[in-house]
Amino acid sequence: MEIPYTVAIRRDTGLTNGKIGIWLFLASEVMLFGALFASYILIRTGAPTWPRGDTMLNVPLATVNTIVLISSSVTMVMAWASLMRGRFETFRIYMGLTILCGLAFLVIKYFEYSAHFHEGALPSTNNFLAIYFTLTGLHGLHVMGGMAVNAYFWGPGAKLWKENPTWFTNRVENAGLFWHFVDLVWIFLFPTLYLL
Amino acid sequence: MSDHAATPMAGDHAVDIDKHVRIYITVFVALMVLTVVTVTVSRFHLPVPIAVTVALLVAIIKGSLVACYFMHLISEKKLIYAVLALTGAFFIALMVLPVITVHDGFWIH
Repeated sequence: MEIPYTVAIRRDTGLTNGKIGIWLFLASEVMLFGALFASYILIRTGAPTWPRGDTMLNVPLATVNTIVLISSSVTMVMAWASLMRGRFETFRIYMGLTILCGLAFLVIKYFEYSAHFHEGALPSTNNFLAIYFTLTGLHGLHVMGGMAVNAYFWGPGAKLWKENPTWFTNRVENAGLFWHFVDLVWIFLFPTLYLL
Repeated sequence: MSDHAATPMAGDHAVDIDKHVRIYITVFVALMVLTVVTVTVSRFHLPVPIAVTVALLVAIIKGSLVACYFMHLISEKKLIYAVLALTGAFFIALMVLPVITVHDGFWIH
């Protein structure tokens, strides 16, 4: 059965179904991370003392990761813009760069986590590390999820471009919305965990 | 796979995309500058309330740039704004919840 409104705009919503679907999903994601941020505020304001993030975490590495993730958002939106211009090969380059940036982010995060574990700094050590590992761990899982979707559209999923370029472009736009959301979450995680 | 002839957008729309691309590059530069600002300000070791205000203010500006331009919220349909308005209201409630708990007996008196 054909999926309705993948390309055609629904008259009642003014959107394709995929677009409204991804935004509803992102709304649920806002609440997921929001609940954890609220927990962080509650734990921090209730604690008699709280360490500054930069005394326990690696700020230079996290700064590099911030630059990597922001760059990946630009390459992602450029991948979509390439499809809008009908340049499939350029799309592949930008999408490939986005995936590589995601990989670079995870590798840097791996080095950060390894250093913590070697120092004996575990989620069970204190509340600061517990909330740090929970928030960055969940965010890391989102990076992995986004990379999997992006890799699909870079590889096997790209077959759709030949059959229905508009549908493929819409799918890449929706994948991009998720990827930008992951970037957006990091923009708030970085200062609140590492710098304050 | 070669470039496809039937592009999703052509003609005047292609010009629009060129304009968008220039905006994306400008936003990228702004995000990089603001990242440097965030890290630099944190080195001054300002009092916590000021440091939190500055860090969150810069993060909100950066987040808004990503949402408005990369996620195209600057020119979206009403239904998406409605969904996000509802989400925003519940998000604010979530953020206010821990703040009011620090005032003992807030709900009792």
